[in-house]
Amino acid sequence: MVFGAFFLMAIYGLVVELGRSAYLEQPAMLTARGQSLERLYLFSMVGLGWAAVLTGAYLVYPWYRAVPPAGFADLSLYPRYFLKSRAATAGWHDLGMEWKEHIAWIAPIVMTMVAYVLTKYRLSMREHPQVRKAVLVFALVALGAAGIAGFFGAMLNKYAPVNGGSTIHLMGKSQ
Amino acid sequence: MTPAQPDREERKTTKGGESLPTGPAAAAILSAGVGCSVLGILSVAADASKPIARLMTLYRPTGPLSGVSSLAILIWLGTWFILAKRWQIRTVAIAKVNVTAFLLLVLGILLTFPPFGDLLQGK
Repeated sequence: MVFGAFFLMAIYGLVVELGRSAYLEQPAMLTARGQSLERLYLFSMVGLGWAAVLTGAYLVYPWYRAVPPAGFADLSLYPRYFLKSRAATAGWHDLGMEWKEHIAWIAPIVMTMVAYVLTKYRLSMREHPQVRKAVLVFALVALGAAGIAGFFGAMLNKYAPVNGGSTIHLMGKSQ
Repeated sequence: MTPAQPDREERKTTKGGESLPTGPAAAAILSAGVGCSVLGILSVAADASKPIARLMTLYRPTGPLSGVSSLAILIWLGTWFILAKRWQIRTVAIAKVNVTAFLLLVLGILLTFPPFGDLLQGK
């Protein structure tokens, strides 16, 4: 969740900077130190994205989908089964987790592309407005994808285990 | 684009990047779209078919997600590698590439949205 939160903030910062740079009259010329820091920002952002999805999928998700022993009544340590056990909370799994577990991967894939293009075309981006437009649009979509994953991650990992998600009914009864 | 500047032309890449062709960017953008759409297609396939779900289960605690994400990443990187080789020193029709990649990206997002996947499966 820490990786994901920082990743989301890093994408937001990049989107703002990309939007701002589209309105510059003169391209900003960075010093060698500035260029290094820019690369560090992009690489760190990509690293955070991949760390978020990999730790999410291979550390947190196995805990989430753990199967309770037969006849085990207390489902509070088995989030997937706990949420699916009641119609009012089933949507947290059926829509929330099912969407989050897949859409989350879109953000690091897209942002890896964005970081690569921005690094490779750093000096010539103004000569390629179509490339710049694509990078901005894709980064915006990645921001949305990371936001959706982050929202459901926060709800499922923090809110739902504590409150059972009882006040937010997302979908009908789980099958 | 003028007739003297066709959709595809070969140019040398300069070190400073002043006259970089659009090929490398197009390869990265299109392959990202391909990767996202494959992710969506595989997620629906694994949800719809138990044999595919079993096939996608590379790591049991994570379930089919392990195979779906790994295969999507492999296809994304493979596509990127092939396109990058082919378009390394070319200027391609970037507008067409952008539209195609964006449509693939939207398809990927739509397919990861459970109600849409359920609709396709007739659930």
